[in-house]
Amino acid sequence: MSMRTLPLLFINLGGEMLYILDQRLQAQNVPTEKTSKVMNDIICTLFSKPFMEELFKPQDMYSKRTQRAVLIRLAHSSIMRLNQASMDKLYDLMTMAFKYQVLLCPRPRDLLLVTFNHMDAIRAFVSDTPAILNQVEETYQQLIKVYTPLSDGEFQLLRQTLLMCFQDLQIRVSAFLKDKVQTCSGRFVLPLGGPVPCGSEVPGLIRYWEACRGQEVCHLFPSGGAYCGALPEGSFHMSGDRVITLGTNISVYSAAVPPSKPILALQMSIAPNLLAKEELTLLSHLLGSLENQDPDKTRTFYRVNLFTVDMEEEYGNCELSFQVLNIQAAKDQQAEEELARIVGEFTEKGEPSSSPRSKGDDLLTLMDELQ
Amino acid sequence: MYHKEKSIQIKSSASALYNNLSVLRIAPRCLTYFTVVHANVVNMVSASWDGLNFSHRQLQSKEGNIAASSSLIMQASWCVLPSRELLVLTSQKGIQMYESDGSIMVYWHALDNPETPTAQAVFARGIAAVRENYICVGISSGSVLVFDIPSKGSNVMLSEVLEEHRDAVTDMASECSGSLEYMADLVTADDSGLLCVWKSGEDFQLLHKIPGFDVSCSSVKLWKGTVAAGYGTGQIRIYEAVTGIVHAEVNAHARWIYSLDIAPFSGLLLSGAEDSLVRVWHLTMNPDANSVEVEHLYSECITDTQICGAKFCDGDGYAFAVTGYDLSEIIRYTQA
Repeated sequence: MSMRTLPLLFINLGGEMLYILDQRLQAQNVPTEKTSKVMNDIICTLFSKPFMEELFKPQDMYSKRTQRAVLIRLAHSSIMRLNQASMDKLYDLMTMAFKYQVLLCPRPRDLLLVTFNHMDAIRAFVSDTPAILNQVEETYQQLIKVYTPLSDGEFQLLRQTLLMCFQDLQIRVSAFLKDKVQTCSGRFVLPLGGPVPCGSEVPGLIRYWEACRGQEVCHLFPSGGAYCGALPEGSFHMSGDRVITLGTNISVYSAAVPPSKPILALQMSIAPNLLAKEELTLLSHLLGSLENQDPDKTRTFYRVNLFTVDMEEEYGNCELSFQVLNIQAAKDQQAEEELARIVGEFTEKGEPSSSPRSKGDDLLTLMDELQ
Repeated sequence: MYHKEKSIQIKSSASALYNNLSVLRIAPRCLTYFTVVHANVVNMVSASWDGLNFSHRQLQSKEGNIAASSSLIMQASWCVLPSRELLVLTSQKGIQMYESDGSIMVYWHALDNPETPTAQAVFARGIAAVRENYICVGISSGSVLVFDIPSKGSNVMLSEVLEEHRDAVTDMASECSGSLEYMADLVTADDSGLLCVWKSGEDFQLLHKIPGFDVSCSSVKLWKGTVAAGYGTGQIRIYEAVTGIVHAEVNAHARWIYSLDIAPFSGLLLSGAEDSLVRVWHLTMNPDANSVEVEHLYSECITDTQICGAKFCDGDGYAFAVTGYDLSEIIRYTQA
């Protein structure tokens, strides 16, 4: 299927992550300068040149496990540490929000406008930090260069690939249920009305030609919906009115919930033995950038429980399970060593059968050199 | 006009792919087979006409002789030839042909996959049985492969490669009226909306090219020398195949059309789209006026579901079946 999904996947999921974190951290009364630091660090990692270069290479979608691992790593590229329950919920919210946007996009091409909506918000977050802002601007240019020439059919293939990735995901999100955007069964509501996509006509008209009489006959039929004329086309440039609102920072996540004292959260680790060799490539970039940001590896982390007990109960099937682990900054070092060991194992034994090519050999070498 | 019947549950949900439902009616055994694609698996259900017996089978995509592959399947469709019926699966890696019950793989054709991945995705999509002994399959490059099928056995040969399309093939259809009086045997469609009309033979002959209007054509049917094409804008267009004359235009759906089907004995046309609506139309040929009249007969909303497959279950259009993204059932309707 499409070889161009990864940039859109990670920019949009990353964007949703930032919306949620921004609102939840504020609701938890986390000091502004800490919130800004968290946001800036995540944006800096997401838009770092090596990370983006890797994403923009034509390639198949990553497995769900790898996607999740990368996003968790992204969240933890800041000083923030989330407990397992918070991370799980963050991930569920992000994915369901993006699934909704992909599903309800009027035209497949509008997926790019959704991405620009996320980018516009990210640009606003880092408008005071020129170095990161520059990285964001470069990514805009890359998106425009790569995606604007694609045909509608290619965009639809991209969208179908993303939909396959989110297939059968029907987690009920209380904010979506409340707004009647999602039904109790977990399906998203598809309205039978509203503006038709740009380039489409309102359904209801049949026209046929009687060639020998040279006349056109028109009939109307009941469309069964309350459709109206198309909205104008949104801007596909560096800035401008995007018209589509999917992907903007709606206040879905800032449900008025009284903040509670943050529960002492415990550091979570990714289970390294689940990751295939070729999928570690991206992680190696992230590890590389982590390394650069914090050479002494003894920084302190800010632990946050994103969702209060009330909100947790609303999500129904989540379980508050806190495993007892030792909380030490040195844990990071241990996790990285474990990953390096697994990489070593894979390079000795050979590739798993599903990988058609050994991408990222150079990067794995780089990762080994970092250890 | 139609009422809902009991749905058929399938083992996994339908993926969002064009024309994601194929139906084969087996009158001698009072059975109907259905196939629905989910990622790298094809769900096959056989349903007895009395509605009492269902049996399920799952086929996985393969790479040659390797047992299972994770390569994604783009389409699964039965091809009905005079001598035999084959089930054809198209994926990212190649084309698999099975005996109609899915029991034995008869033939495997590998696609040329580049060493390093290019931005252009590689896959096969668009399947049609043509005349006595051909099965045609489309490729993402725009090529159409023509396979010569023996009346039995596995000695399938690639007879010809047709190179007219420049964009990925989306769908194709052969003349389904059963009559030999029409010149056009096959119509192929692509992502740019271009339609190519062919006459089959040892060398397939291009009869006409109907230009697209930069809108992808996702589903196409050919009946009595008339092309019915469904587009990404939600429009259906009816053309005369050999001349490309537009007979009719219907602003049919508010979203991308995913599936069209024609009931050849009655001239009923079925359309399913992402707007969650299935619509039934009637086509009336009017040769004196050189026109095709289109009449809307019926609409049904499959609530909160983007439809990806819609097919009549019989040649009269007495019943039809529908699949939708994320839906693990085949929804059926029968005339009241």
